Order: sequence, then C-alpha cells, then structure tokens
Amino acid sequence: MLLRHTTAEIIERTALTVNPAKTCQPIGAMYAALGIHRCLPHSHGSQGCCAYHRSTLTRHYKEPVMAGTSSFTEGASVFGGQANLVQAIHNMFTIYEPDVIAVHTTCLSETIGDDIPQIIAKARDEGKIPPGKYVIHANTPSYVGSHVTGFANMVKAMVDYFATTEGRKEHRLNLIPGYVEPADMEELKRIVGELGIATIMFPDTSNVLNTPQTGRYAMYPPGGVKVADLQRLGTSVGTVALGRLASGSAARALDTKCKVPCEILDLPIGLKATDRFIDTLRQIAGVSVPDSLNLDRGRLLDVITDMHQYFFGRKVALAGDPDQLISLTEFLVDIDMWPIYIVTGTPGKKFESRIRELTKEVPYPVKVQAGGDMFLLHQWIKQEPVDLLIGNTYMKYISRDEDIPMVRFGFPILDRLGHVYFPTVGYRGGLRLLEQILDALLDRQDRDAPEESFELVM
Amino acid sequence: MSEVLDTNNPETLTPPPEVVKEELLAKYPTKVARKRAKQIVINEVGPDCTVPEIMANVRTIPGIITQRGCTYAGCKGVVLGPTRDIVNITHGPIGCGFYSWLTRRNQTRPAGPDDFNFMTYCFSTDMQEEQIIFGGEKKLRQAIQEAYDLFKPKAIAVFATCPVGLIGDDIHAVCREMKEKLGINIFAFSCEGYKGVSQSAGHHIANNGIFTHVVGLDDSVNGGRFRINLLGEYNIGGDAFEIERLFEECGLNLVATFSGNSTIDQFANSHTADLNLIMCHRSINYVAEMMETKFGIPWIKVNFIGAEATAKSLRKIAAYFDDPELSARVEEVIAREMPAVEAVRAEVHERCAGKKAMLFVGGSRAHHYQELFREMGMETIAAGYEFAHRDDYEGRRVLPNIKVDADSRNIEELHVEPDPQRFTPRITPEDLARLAMGDLTFKDYEGMMPTMANGSLVVDDISQYETEKLIELYRPDIICAGIKEKYVIQKSGVPMKQLHSYDYSGPYAGFQGAINFYQEIDRMVNSKVWKFLKAPWQEHPELTAHYVWE
Repeated sequence: MLLRHTTAEIIERTALTVNPAKTCQPIGAMYAALGIHRCLPHSHGSQGCCAYHRSTLTRHYKEPVMAGTSSFTEGASVFGGQANLVQAIHNMFTIYEPDVIAVHTTCLSETIGDDIPQIIAKARDEGKIPPGKYVIHANTPSYVGSHVTGFANMVKAMVDYFATTEGRKEHRLNLIPGYVEPADMEELKRIVGELGIATIMFPDTSNVLNTPQTGRYAMYPPGGVKVADLQRLGTSVGTVALGRLASGSAARALDTKCKVPCEILDLPIGLKATDRFIDTLRQIAGVSVPDSLNLDRGRLLDVITDMHQYFFGRKVALAGDPDQLISLTEFLVDIDMWPIYIVTGTPGKKFESRIRELTKEVPYPVKVQAGGDMFLLHQWIKQEPVDLLIGNTYMKYISRDEDIPMVRFGFPILDRLGHVYFPTVGYRGGLRLLEQILDALLDRQDRDAPEESFELVM
Repeated sequence: MSEVLDTNNPETLTPPPEVVKEELLAKYPTKVARKRAKQIVINEVGPDCTVPEIMANVRTIPGIITQRGCTYAGCKGVVLGPTRDIVNITHGPIGCGFYSWLTRRNQTRPAGPDDFNFMTYCFSTDMQEEQIIFGGEKKLRQAIQEAYDLFKPKAIAVFATCPVGLIGDDIHAVCREMKEKLGINIFAFSCEGYKGVSQSAGHHIANNGIFTHVVGLDDSVNGGRFRINLLGEYNIGGDAFEIERLFEECGLNLVATFSGNSTIDQFANSHTADLNLIMCHRSINYVAEMMETKFGIPWIKVNFIGAEATAKSLRKIAAYFDDPELSARVEEVIAREMPAVEAVRAEVHERCAGKKAMLFVGGSRAHHYQELFREMGMETIAAGYEFAHRDDYEGRRVLPNIKVDADSRNIEELHVEPDPQRFTPRITPEDLARLAMGDLTFKDYEGMMPTMANGSLVVDDISQYETEKLIELYRPDIICAGIKEKYVIQKSGVPMKQLHSYDYSGPYAGFQGAINFYQEIDRMVNSKVWKFLKAPWQEHPELTAHYVWE
C-alpha cells in the first residue's frame, strides 16, 4: 500500500498537517502575475521559494515559467532585503526587459517586515526602473491563507497599481476569471465574445501557459492582459468577478477605488453556475444570448439526461480549492451524484456553510472541512468508501490504495495533460467534466463486470 | 587521474569559446558581468591535469534567474528525503513541505507490507501567523506528539524553514525534550532556506545531522566479507536498485546507502562497513570524511553512470579488498553484462556520434553523464553545475586553496576525532601505499574539468539568459538540465533531457541503466518530431494562383 499508515481511526490533530490540500500564497501570486503581458514575476525571499514555485507550475503546465528571486542569504535575512530587491529590479530590467515586474513576498521577507513600496520607491529614485516600465507588488505571507489567497492578493495588486478613474466610462465589462486554467480563461473570453460583450479580462494566462511549439522560445508570449488595459479598468461600467475567494477582493477594490460596481459570482463550473454567469452578463450588458450558447447548454443538458443512470446515487469525495469545490459540488448534486466528503486546505468557515447549504438534499451524512488535509479525507474514505474521487494528482495515491476511480481536477495536476488545453468552465467545460466522470465510472464498470454482463453498449 | 580527452578540437567549435563567453556577458550590467566572467571558464587541461580556476559556490546575483534552490531543499529534499522510515516533519508554513512531497522521484522498496514507508506522506506544522508572532515551539512539540501517536515511528526528523530561524524557535531543544519523553530518536536540522548560497549548504547540514544523531548507534556487525557503504546515491528512477543488483551479483555486502532506498537502521550501522564509495561527491563527502576520521573507514570516488565507469568502479572495489575470488566474480559480472551494453551502444553510436550535448545540472551529474555521452560518441561542448564547489570542477587538489567565505563559514564544520573504542584503520599504511600505486586513489576526486575537452565551456550556476544565448550560438543537439529549464529548451526546438528526475524514466545507472540511456538519447536526438516545426505554408509561403484549379 502506498499510504500504508493511514487508518480509519481518527485521532484529533491540532498541530500536524498530513498530506496537505493547499499550498502557500506566493505560488498563486506568481501564477496570477504571469497573466499580465510581458510581466516577470519576482519572489522576494530565498531562492528555494522561487525554484519550488517555478518547478510546480512547470510540472503542472509543461510550459516555461519564468520568475526572478531576491536570493536572500543570511545577511539579507538579518539586515533586510532592500539591497537584494533593488539589485534584482535593475538586473531584470537590464537583462530580461519585462514591461512589468510583479513582486510578491514570502514568509521570510514578511517575517522580517520588508517594506516593498518603500523599496520600489528607492529603486525608482535610483533610476533602476526605466521609463514606461512598472514594478508592482503584493504581500503574500505564506503563513496566512493558501495559494488561492496569494492569487487573490496579486489580482488585487493589479487594481491597486494600475486602475485609475481617468477617462470617460465606456461600454465594457471587467471580467476577473478566478484561479482557473489558461484553457478556462480562453473559454471565458469565447463566451463573452459570443455574447458580444467588450471586456477586459485580468489576469489572463491563456497563450502564456499553453503556448504553441514554434521552434522559437519567447520569454514573453503573446498572451496576458496588457498594462494599457489594466489602466482602463476604472472606466468600465462594471465588473464580473468569478470565485469569491480568488476574485472578490480585486472586484471590491475596484469598486472602492474607481466606483466600478461588481457582481461576484461562483466560478461557472457546471450547468447552473454557468447559467447564472451568462444570465448576469446578459442583464448587465443588455444583450440577448445567442443560439451558439443555447446550443452548448443544450448539449450539456443532453448528456446529463441521457447518461443520468450512471451518475445517479454515486458517492463522491472531493479535495481542492474553495471556489472550485463550491461550483463542482453544486454541479454534482444537480446531476444526482452525492458529494459526501469535501475537503479544502484553505481555511474559511464560510466555505463549510456554503457546502452544507448545497448538499442539503444529499441523503447521506456530508462531511466537509475547510483547513483540512487529504489524510483526513482518506480516513473518512476508509470509514465509508465512495464511488469516485475528484482531486489533484496527489489523490491518485488514495485512488490506488482504495481502488476507487478518480478524475483529476484542480491544482496541481502533475501526471496528465488535459487541463492545459481543455476547459472545465462554461457548458463546454461541463461536457468535458462529465466525459471524464463517465469515463472513470464506465471504465471501472467494464473492468469489474462479470463476463456474462460485460456490456457492449453503455 | 583519468585520461585527458581531446576528441573535440576547439577550432571546430563555432563560434569560438572566447567569442561565446564575450556574448554571454555583453548584456549584463558591469558588476554582474565582472562576477559572471569568473564563473564562465574556457576549459584548458594542462600538464598533470591542471585546469583554470573557476569561481563556484558563491552567492547568486539577485534577479539573474538561477536554477538554484535553497538549503531546505538540499537537506530535506535531497539527502533525508529518500529514507523511508523517518517521519520528516517540515516546521514552517505549508509550502516547503508541499513542494518537497514526492517530487524528486526517490524510489524505495520496503521489505514487507508491514514495514514503515513514509515517503508518500507530507508532514508539516503548517505554521500560521500566530506562531510567527508568539513562536512555534509549542505547535512543533504537539506535532511531534501527534506524529508519534498516529504512526509510532522509530524516528522523527524536524526541518526548519526560513521563518523558524528568524523567530528563534529552538527546534533542537524541542526535539531533545520529545526524544526523552517518547523514547525514540528525534532530531532536528537547522536548514533554513536562506542559509548558504544554494542547496549545497543543506547537504552539509544534513550530513552533520545524520552523522551526529544516527551514524554509530548500532555496532552489530552483520556478516559479509566485503562490507561497503554507497554514499550520495539517491535512487532516482531506480538507480540504486540497479546498483544493488550488481553489488549482489558481485558478492559485495551493502551496509548502507546514503540515502536511496535506505532505512535509518542502515545509517546507524554504517560505521561497521570497511569501505565508503562516493557517488555524488558534492552532497555527501562530509559524511565520508567524518566516518574516516572517527571510525577509520577509507573512501574512494566511484561512478556508476556509464558502462565503462561502472566496470571501472567495480574493479576499484575489488582492488581494494584484494581478494581473488571477488575479483573473479566482478570480472564475471562485467563480462556477462557488457555484450548487451555493447550491442546497443554500437547501434546507437552510428546515429548519435558527433552530436553535441550540453549539461547544466546538479553537483555531480553534469560530470557523470558526460561518460554516457562519450560512450555514444557524442561531445559535451559545455557543462556546469548548479550548486557545486571548486573541488567538484577542478578536483580536490584545490581544496587547500579554496577561500572560505562568510556564507560557507555560517555552515557548521563538525569537529570530529577518532573514536577511542571504535576507530579501526581498515587498511595498513603499506597496503594503502601499494594500492595507490595502482589505479586506486583514496580521498580523491579529480573533478569535472580535467575530463572535459579543451575549448569546452564550463559555466557555474548558469542563468536563464546564458542558457538561451548558448542555445542560440551553439545549437546543440541535446541539453540536460532540470524541470525549470525543460520547456524553454524544447520551445527553442532543442530536445531536453531532465537529469534530476530523468523525465520520469530510468534507471540510468549501471549496465542496464546505460542501455536505457543510450536508447533514450537516441530517441531524442534522432526523432522526426523536431522536423514538423514548420507547416507547409510556412516552408513555402509563395502563392501560385487564386485557386489552383482555375
């Protein structure tokens, strides 16, 4: 057994996390910053943070992930990282020529209390920031929240640094996509395009972390939200933010700073969350929903109705990030699957109450834990098994030990590729999720069926 | 000393290395260029294998985009990570433990279903703001208690992350206290990420800790005539399994491996071995040195990467034990293994000979893997380490001349003395002198540069910018580095082989490993997929008519 020391008996833990269902803030900030065109993320801390984040993002996307580090040594840790950061800014603008450097902090620089705006000001005073170039920052202490918090903080920094109230209001929406994949961001842009709504989406990692093979490496791929667009955020008529945790703070900051009203919605994963997303866009922008989106919706619904027998009553265990889990839980309940164990490593009591609300009709006791870990989830499974697991790659160790089929969803996915290219948001994304769920369940049925009841047609 | 290879005439390299070096430095700010100039060296092997001096093991310049990681990664990730039966608790915020969770591909094979195996687990104190402000000792103490209650392991190790040192948690005191209370071995590593200049500091801290807290705890001698330890082999992709197979077939008795496929009991007993073999000199030479001083075990450098190197290493071991029966068995094993190796080698040689490789990786792999490329007839035109020291480049002969800077001084050097009871010289001074006359040198590592061609480039701690430039200037046929470099290189149209993780394949050690590697590199450098880069309309953009049928 791979996880041979995990037993059904639960001993209460208050200090030891085992097999986490989250990671730390800076990696989320690095990912968000890659969604700005010609931006070089920068990790203000020890080299290892940057190396770990780049490695994990690279393994997840199979794409180059560039970022700088302040390379703290013992001296910098005692005397502060100002000299390191000023030097890093100078070197990066000279050698790598980004338009934007997006600095995020680490537990190290947060603990010593480095004042990043002051250091940026010093770099500017010393002429280390070329004209027309920008250095922005987000505080991302690793000992608060999770990678989702770090993502949210960097997205908010885009508002804090770039959004202005200058200029006349334009018929345009801001769209904050949430902590989703490049393929999801592409799909969101397609949907608003189908609706005929002008938008600025930020961040936008599509065509940054799913770029083509051309034989020529470009450090700054064509994708990413442009600085000029970020500077126009304040002139949009409204903001639609997807995922309360990942996008809410940026949307609210934009409202406060530039009086741009916002709607904060669930991530459009599954039928009803996508319905709400499109209906909100329709009403805010005053457009009608085109046939193309009705077609997508109809196809998703067609699969739900046609394959309902395979979904019905199947128990599911989920681990991942709050915004995703909320929408996914709703979707599963809608198709009559029963999500009964739901764990996120990200702390937050609201998550638990929301999940309880969404799973009211589930005819089994539902266990939900924010700030939990995958060890706990595994223990629940040992007590009472489920039919399907949905989670990141680390879930596969549980899947193998317990012989339960699994669908990969979330971050990180280190051993499969689909998430880079195929969305899970919107109706088309819903189709992909259902295809994956069906494949997992039907492959299992095929594997376990007695020869006489091995089905040709399913 | 190995022979100097000069298959690669510097005049044939275009552009010449001097020009390349100049190009690599041209864009840098003056201060950066000045420092990097000392870390980029054009190799020239002089009489008696002397090579030019290279600057290494110095701070990475902030903002340079380095391959390097941190001290925690070197300690917890590299050296202690591969041991399966220690509960390794990361004391800090969640990230460090999460990122080092199973990501190095250290394989392990517990003896039975009931044996300990914690490799698949990640343990962390998940430090929160409250601990940063009020201290984390209480939470650590509780975490150790919980780990004990849950798993009843024989040992628990604690690894410090950056904030731990800053807030002043005394993790060693907590471990001493809990060791007393729980009656199992519990010890800590002050391997905060900011210490030292790279992973290398973490290796040293790990060596010190394992030597202090584990080595020598079990004096029982468990039989066998040819008792050896293998040091600096981490069983990535199953390398250790292949080496273990060869040892067994040769009749060698492996006491402990540091630390691939290992257990803590093996470490505890390792001082009873009669010879230490060093694979990765950079990460583990400290333990070998300390074991020699304290217990009298000599060490030799070996290399099981490359079929020739493997054969040579096995012969060295046989020479040391000076036993005709062992020598005969070693020769038998080599004779049995080599035909299969030779058949594949000859086949791929036809397709691979003359192709050019570059290796920027690790503290030993950039050297060891040149052996395999050489066997395939491929040339290494540039190489460098991520975190090695001068002795890994120039050989241990330069050790007395290495200036110990402030960053290195921060890493403790243990003062070790011969153990009054247990120090036993394994070999007489006369035998030592006699063996040294042959092919066997003790306490020596020749370094990478003396084995490289004149005119090849040696680049320490290569930056992203330099990597891109080298691709542009040299257009090599393959580059070996790590995951962060992987897709930059492939997006440039050059195949890239990861030599940390082996791209999730392997093993590449020993004879079977050599075969695997030949076939893998042959697949990569001769693949047709690289010829699809241009669509037909990009190859021939000219139009002939509006509609060709008109």
